[in-house]
Amino acid sequence: MLISVASTLVFFGVLAFLVTRAPGWDRFKAYFFDWTLYRESFPEIAEAFLINVRIFLVAEAIILVTALGLAVLRSLTGPVFFPVRALAVVYADFFRGVPTILVILMLGVGMPALQLEGVPDSEIFWATVSLVLVYTAYVSEVYRAGIESVHPSQDAAARSLGLTRLQALRYVVLPQAVRRVIPPLLNDFIGLQKDTALVSVLGVVEVLNQAGINEAADFNGTHYLVAATLFVALTIPLARFTDWLVARDRRRRQAGGVAT
Amino acid sequence: MSTPALAIEGLHKSFGKLEVLRGIDLELADHEVVCLIGASGSGKSTLLRCINLLEPIEEGRIALHGEEITVRGIDVDRVRRGIGIVFQAFNLFPHMSVLENVTLGPRKALGLGKRQAEARATDLLARFGLADKRDEYPDRLSGGQQQRVAIVRALAMQPELLLLDEVTSALDPELVAEVLEVIRELAVEGMTMLIATHEMSFARDVAHRVCFLDEGVILEQGSPAQIFGAPSEPRTQQFLQRIVAAGRL
Repeated sequence: MLISVASTLVFFGVLAFLVTRAPGWDRFKAYFFDWTLYRESFPEIAEAFLINVRIFLVAEAIILVTALGLAVLRSLTGPVFFPVRALAVVYADFFRGVPTILVILMLGVGMPALQLEGVPDSEIFWATVSLVLVYTAYVSEVYRAGIESVHPSQDAAARSLGLTRLQALRYVVLPQAVRRVIPPLLNDFIGLQKDTALVSVLGVVEVLNQAGINEAADFNGTHYLVAATLFVALTIPLARFTDWLVARDRRRRQAGGVAT
Repeated sequence: MSTPALAIEGLHKSFGKLEVLRGIDLELADHEVVCLIGASGSGKSTLLRCINLLEPIEEGRIALHGEEITVRGIDVDRVRRGIGIVFQAFNLFPHMSVLENVTLGPRKALGLGKRQAEARATDLLARFGLADKRDEYPDRLSGGQQQRVAIVRALAMQPELLLLDEVTSALDPELVAEVLEVIRELAVEGMTMLIATHEMSFARDVAHRVCFLDEGVILEQGSPAQIFGAPSEPRTQQFLQRIVAAGRL
């Protein structure tokens, strides 16, 4: 304990000393750490951030379901399902391969340009669709790894009770698979959170564009610091929540250790 | 003669080029307890998995109370509801409590209501000394308790036939007895059982008939006294000698 405190103090002390001694430190400080500006700018940027949060929440809810569906399709065995599996593979390959920003640009600019009757022309709508398409591909791989990590004997035990293929999946395989992949799922969702900033390429005034507009007005980067703080503020509770979920599951299954 | 509970004719099963079962013929009458003995790899587990339709077969037929279950297009889920199987490695569902493990089949496969399934499970758990474990998770139970729960899980489906696949092989020696005691009780109650086992003294004790499986065929079968006392096939004699030498009989 004492050693870790001492080493932490020394480490950060040296770091702070070196950074503040840098020749450009004063300019850097003025550019990024203007606290008066920070307080002034915060409400406006936070409001713009709500757009990111909304995109994130809607996209995440949809992705959780679509990705699971895609993973299940890929895990179907038997020659009958070959076309379904092939399609799922092509989908995952395509949307993991194309940069997210390109998908957002193509759909966000392309779809409204079609001016089709009944097709939404909102950039936010198409940006959300793009994120769903891309992240469904990523997240389905995470689910798939989880499904494959459940030993086939679990499925055999479920089927031997007379459960159908779907019931075995629903009650025995998926619950175990999903529990195991909660940490990597969180990883992808933090990525999704941050990628909502890519929506800025469509001109939507979300957090990044708002910070950029403010920066352009008074040439101060503190606005970017506000944006960064907001992202981190959203990520940390999510990470702690996941830790708590995982810990709770472990506690419930193994409380008191192995009894005999 | 009445219809046998289980009738197997000319059963062949291969894994790729390896032919594991090479023509099995076997009949079980109702309430009969048959033990399958034989070296590892002789095909005991595969035979049980074939009967439960967990493995597709190449040739032959299996009938359950006169109904052929190896015909194409049969509802495998319905067939499996009537056949219980207990695995060597328990295969309990680790994310479910004991009660949930036992009620899953009756609720989802038999369509029983929650209360009815729980009442049935609670009765069975109490009968096998597991009443106080119903809300525990499998990880917290000993191997012997886990295997007893697995047996209860199979029994909750009220199967007409119970298959036991080396159910004590994964257990510490001191936990074997409690599981064998359960099976012995089931035998007394008249459960029809096909048991693959390495526990020769148990087989001698509980079986009405013992089948010696060797390289994918039933080489010899008869009463326990006959198989263990005076085996006629040289390979059966050899196998039993090795068992005796290992101190297992």
